Amino acid sequence: MASEARKALFEPLFSNNPIALQILGICSALAVTTQLSVALIMCLALTSVLAFSNLSISLIRNHVPSSIRIIVQMTIIASLVIVVDQILKAYAFDVSKKLAVFVGLIITNCIVMGRAEAFAMKNGPWLSFLDGIGNGLGYSVILIIVGAVRELFGSGSLLGYQLLAPVSEGGWYLPNGLMLLSPSAFIIIGLTIWVIRSTYPEQVEEADFELQNAHNAPAHGGAR
Amino acid sequence: MDLVSIAVKSIFIENLALSLFLGMCTFLAVSKKIQTALGLGFAVFVVLAITVPVNNLIYKNLLQEGALSWAGLPNVDLSFLGLISYIGVIAALVQILEMFLDRFVPALYNALGIFLPLITVNCAILGASLFMVERDYNFTESLVYGASSGVGWALAIVALAGIREKLKYSDVPDGLQGLGITFITVGLMALGFLAFSGIQL
Repeated sequence: MASEARKALFEPLFSNNPIALQILGICSALAVTTQLSVALIMCLALTSVLAFSNLSISLIRNHVPSSIRIIVQMTIIASLVIVVDQILKAYAFDVSKKLAVFVGLIITNCIVMGRAEAFAMKNGPWLSFLDGIGNGLGYSVILIIVGAVRELFGSGSLLGYQLLAPVSEGGWYLPNGLMLLSPSAFIIIGLTIWVIRSTYPEQVEEADFELQNAHNAPAHGGAR
Repeated sequence: MDLVSIAVKSIFIENLALSLFLGMCTFLAVSKKIQTALGLGFAVFVVLAITVPVNNLIYKNLLQEGALSWAGLPNVDLSFLGLISYIGVIAALVQILEMFLDRFVPALYNALGIFLPLITVNCAILGASLFMVERDYNFTESLVYGASSGVGWALAIVALAGIREKLKYSDVPDGLQGLGITFITVGLMALGFLAFSGIQL
């Protein structure tokens, strides 16, 4: 039991990461990462929604007819997101302004639906709750990496503290504006996936086609 | 003129997929072949063009603060119910559209296949509705906004599918194979689309 719980909690961190391996929940991962503090709030919001939606869906899993389960899950998730949205608006209004529509988009974040469907419908409440937290943390790991890189190189600060003194204030660091724009997020995630997959080679995808080495192929015509 | 600038802005400058990162999951998962990408792009276009204006009507006539004054309730503000109503509208409309196509346009229904139900959970659809609310568009503007963001999303996914079809001839390092290289490709595409942000409207 204990080992199962540990597996549910820690496996999604690296070896079965929702973003890097399951291709789930990428949408919001990118847009909120220009500042680390905003990314952290987003992680917190997503992890709590994910944990509680897994918990409540798992509690009612034996009473829901399978033909209407999607709409039931959707309603539960949407209600939880509304709660999170209202809490953020009440206690962290600035951050909620920065997150804008992306809190609402947790509803359609495929991690939440995907885990509800793949895990919570088959497992007990406690395990599902842990699985929710684990996947939320797996999502957070990627968000924190991307957010830290983008904020550090894009504006020379981390969590708002100036680490690299920018040229505009007499320092030496010339902020890389590209890091604050959308393309850098894609490229950083691509490189993160490369690192994770080099560490866990069993995650490498098969190539669709085998490439032939032109130099070893039998020569045609011999015009070389 | 305003409508034209909304259209240009949402197709190129604020492309849903490449600059706002919406609908990324399907964008990355269903872009291996141009043919399927075209089908999905068209489906997203149709659903966006219908749901954004409908959600606009719902927001303006039911949810917005003071919108219920026609029912004698001028002080009621239901906007916190926004999220759940938009997603409900989207799910219901997708279902209706699916049944309608199945009954009257079976050719299109077969072409779209499994993409229609998947669209319900595509963040591009909900995202567009939320942006519509945030920017306070009126009905005509929201119609134009919905349709042209659909065009922009379809354009992006077809372009990515084209690149990925060529990509299979490239020797990609093992760890980058598949998802990794796709992310980097999309990053470079987004870099290209950034050029449009210089357009002054």
